[in-house]
Amino acid sequence: MTDDILIEAKHLWKRFGDKVAVEDVSLQIRAGEVYGLMGPDGAGKSTVIRLLCGAYAQDEGEVFLSGRRLTSEPDNARANLGYLSQRFSLYSDLTVLENLRFFAEVRGISGEDWRQRAQETLEFVDMAEFSNRKAGALSGGMKQKLGLAAAMIHQPEILLLDEPSSGVDPVTRQAFWRLLVRLLQGGVAALLSTPYMDEAMRCNRVGFMSEGRILLEGEPQDLTKYLEGRLLRVRGESIRAIARIAREIPSVESVQPFGDRIHLRIAAGTERQVIKEVQKAVDNAGLHATSIRSASPDLEDVFVDLLEQ
Amino acid sequence: MVSDQDDVVVISEGLTKRFGDFTAVDNVSFRIRAGEVLGYLGPNGSGKTTTIRMLLGLLLPSAGQSQVLGFDSVDEAEDIRQRVGYMSQKFALYDELTSFENLTFYAGVYGIRDPDELTATINLLGLENIQNERASDLPLGWRQRLALATAIVHKPTILFLDEPTSGVDPGARRDFWDLIYELAESGVTILVTTHYMDEAEYCTRVGFMRRGRLMAVGTPTELKESEVAGAVWRVHCTPLLASLDFLETLPIVRNVSLSGNHLRAITEEKSSAQNLEQALDAAGLRDVHIQETAPTLEDVFLSLAGN
Repeated sequence: MTDDILIEAKHLWKRFGDKVAVEDVSLQIRAGEVYGLMGPDGAGKSTVIRLLCGAYAQDEGEVFLSGRRLTSEPDNARANLGYLSQRFSLYSDLTVLENLRFFAEVRGISGEDWRQRAQETLEFVDMAEFSNRKAGALSGGMKQKLGLAAAMIHQPEILLLDEPSSGVDPVTRQAFWRLLVRLLQGGVAALLSTPYMDEAMRCNRVGFMSEGRILLEGEPQDLTKYLEGRLLRVRGESIRAIARIAREIPSVESVQPFGDRIHLRIAAGTERQVIKEVQKAVDNAGLHATSIRSASPDLEDVFVDLLEQ
Repeated sequence: MVSDQDDVVVISEGLTKRFGDFTAVDNVSFRIRAGEVLGYLGPNGSGKTTTIRMLLGLLLPSAGQSQVLGFDSVDEAEDIRQRVGYMSQKFALYDELTSFENLTFYAGVYGIRDPDELTATINLLGLENIQNERASDLPLGWRQRLALATAIVHKPTILFLDEPTSGVDPGARRDFWDLIYELAESGVTILVTTHYMDEAEYCTRVGFMRRGRLMAVGTPTELKESEVAGAVWRVHCTPLLASLDFLETLPIVRNVSLSGNHLRAITEEKSSAQNLEQALDAAGLRDVHIQETAPTLEDVFLSLAGN
């Protein structure tokens, strides 16, 4: 079944001069699904989002929004699109309601319709009581929510969100996710970019981007599977000295520091043997490991592993 | 202001900064002991940078006072700046200069002319291969390392790092924290701000900022014990939002949040998984599966913010 695919990218390429910013990126996102694009700054996440909303023109490939080809029917394709850019700017000397009126008018919501729509949207994002506050006087979290409200004033079925919760506190992120889950239940398809691994875990599917390409894609729970049974967590005094020793052990593939502990990546099925080897090497060096045991991998482990390859 | 502990190197007492009618930093007090890595955690705009700028004497406080290495932040700011390293959020690098030239420039500012000292810094941060590249050509992760190099080239005893890992990839973040620990092991005291909860886990002690106020300071373990009094549960069930709404109505649940494809609930006491399971079942929610889990610093933040 393909008719509920709301966001589709086919083999997108984008170059800036001789730099390839987006390399052969394809995506399919269905109604009710949130897709998380992860990757470091400069990986191409924002460029993909700008290609999807038509702010940039691709060099090759095609974009379909709600089944409509963006290049051949740009207005129809974008009619159902809400886009929240990373550095979204509101009019700080306008009130919350005036800002929404502006975005409603841009979206062609006519006459008196805008007021009811704005009211509903503000209630949805839990900001109704701030209608008459100047946008410039809102906290960071509330600006974020107003940005989302502006992006969804026309009740789009597609949301493109560029790092929507970057730098906001966990309380605000929680509120944001509750809103998003409600929208998804109503059939919206969303794509968001995020630098937070735990946020990516909340997506139905995630794609890891690096240097313009999607290196790996899938459901978060599935992506970590190949590292299952291949991670050890070591704690102890002088953990950095222990890390140096661990790097010398041939059966240890890589060592990752985590502050007061380290993660060791090992080959599948070698857990018991490697634990013994590490224990012995640490003891021989006159150091003390307080615990060496298997750890369950998370998306960050997967990401680091991918970037090392 | 006299420190009652010899090894206290930073003292902040009631530091406050108001901009017009906005209070950016509100009565913030804390101490840092020599050799600590103090993580200063909070969202953008919570007052982290403003606090650092007051400690360094770059900004006058509206109220309160602070000392760094025994020097007063207002009256003896010059003495402080000679002895500390500061890496600001917007790395202060000269784009037109190479890495080596940037480093030489900063060393010169501090009166360092010995080429061996420059080489030592380059080796410590692994900058050998990018010495001759222009700063503007470097990827963010390397710019970050170079910025750190310029902040430590004069061997400061305290280092202030303002959001050093913002925007770099996870691998570079871990490597950077490895460097932070290497510096800490060599005796440098570090104050580092971040909005990544997972990075705070790496710190000796953590302070949580929200809306200008320092909500709590302690070791990660202390904070989890003191702020997350009961137990933390991973709750799988469907439908997710209905379950969330329902759990919020239960008196034994202090906080419940969305977490990936499941919920995370903090209960008042060590109540059993069975209690929660039965309540969810009785409410007609399906596929209920509950598992106790360890508290994280995000749980601490949510608990603190909820109070």
